[in-house]
Amino acid sequence: MSDQPSPQSLRTEAIETLLIEKKLLTSEAIDTVLTTFSEQVGPMNGAKLVARAWVDQGFKARLLEDATTIVQEYGFEGGQVDKLIVKACSESVHHVVVCTLCSCYPWAVLGLPPRWYKDPGYRSRIVREPRKVLTEMGLTLPDTTSIKVWDSSAEIRYLVLPLRPAGTEDLDETALAELITRDAMIGVAAIETPS
Amino acid sequence: MDGIHDLGGQSGHSALGYLRNEPVFKDRWEATVFTMVRASAQAGAYTNIDQFRHAVERIEPKAYLEHGYYGRWLGAVETLFVEAGILTTAEITERAAHLGAGPDDLIAARPSLTKTQATGIPAKRNPVGEAPWFKVGDPVHTVQASPLGHTRLPGYARNKKGLITACQGLWPYPDLRAHGHGEQSQYLYTVSFKSLDLGFSEAFELNLDLFEPYLSLIETIL
Repeated sequence: MSDQPSPQSLRTEAIETLLIEKKLLTSEAIDTVLTTFSEQVGPMNGAKLVARAWVDQGFKARLLEDATTIVQEYGFEGGQVDKLIVKACSESVHHVVVCTLCSCYPWAVLGLPPRWYKDPGYRSRIVREPRKVLTEMGLTLPDTTSIKVWDSSAEIRYLVLPLRPAGTEDLDETALAELITRDAMIGVAAIETPS
Repeated sequence: MDGIHDLGGQSGHSALGYLRNEPVFKDRWEATVFTMVRASAQAGAYTNIDQFRHAVERIEPKAYLEHGYYGRWLGAVETLFVEAGILTTAEITERAAHLGAGPDDLIAARPSLTKTQATGIPAKRNPVGEAPWFKVGDPVHTVQASPLGHTRLPGYARNKKGLITACQGLWPYPDLRAHGHGEQSQYLYTVSFKSLDLGFSEAFELNLDLFEPYLSLIETIL
């Protein structure tokens, strides 16, 4: 990082100071956002749902039927889940999520989206050549696995329920949750068997 | 509107820039912008998400690509504060210059088209209290449209055939709500497309959530 502040940070500071003077913004509100989205809202919330679905078939059925109610029951903050739909991967079908028009993303269960999810490469290509894009991202699917892409074009948000990896039969829900990654719940990675 | 934001299916953006780990906010200014967007809603600078998205879409294509996600939010939030009369471009530029910014550092967004000039795809009916027009299993055709205003029908899925796989109920209609016409709720459907029908060579299924005004029934000849 250079010593010179970027034009964007200066423009931000200009608006920020004007808004603080007009009592429309506080520094504390910015600190709260930083803390909330770094510590409380993130993929650890989605991972809780996935891990429980792996160990509890009844919960999995409810999650696939009405994830929105379950998110409300868990009380996850962060928003962007007016309606959440969970798509379960199987050996024959793989799901992957995008928002080509902006960068819609289920904040309450995944936190704020990573840079690549918002940038032109992923948004333009995952709806044209998903198998090639996933391979470039390190996920090579068998030819027998078909791909379903979910482009979040309205207010419904999507979460992928990844396959439980082999060799995890002895792990409990908490240990399983630690294996589950943000990228697997977007659908661009598989969960690795722990070594 | 047609624009750079409508990235789905475009060629030429080859780099994915994929990183497994990255911080939630790269710099504090990104978190500041995020908070300012919330503050702008609280201050009444915009009243719904569609207005905000349309403000992002009105950013110059070059700036849209170069400034990144929070840079786009910064452009949009400035536009919304200025259009709401809460801040002026001049006072922001003056303050930025005072802080050390150069004269060319404006993060530009195109000015808003007026309500009468711009909407997205028009609604065909008021369906509140009425049944959905389509049912699961209906073959549908998406409209060929190029509206000046906001729409959530991506370019790559216009004038294409698909299949209704779910009705998701009534939702505020972005094509009108973005332009201050109220909620004007319309039925939303999940529509499944075969990639080959979209003109893409790789075989897969593509799903979109599309509003009723974007769709027409394909009549099947018995």
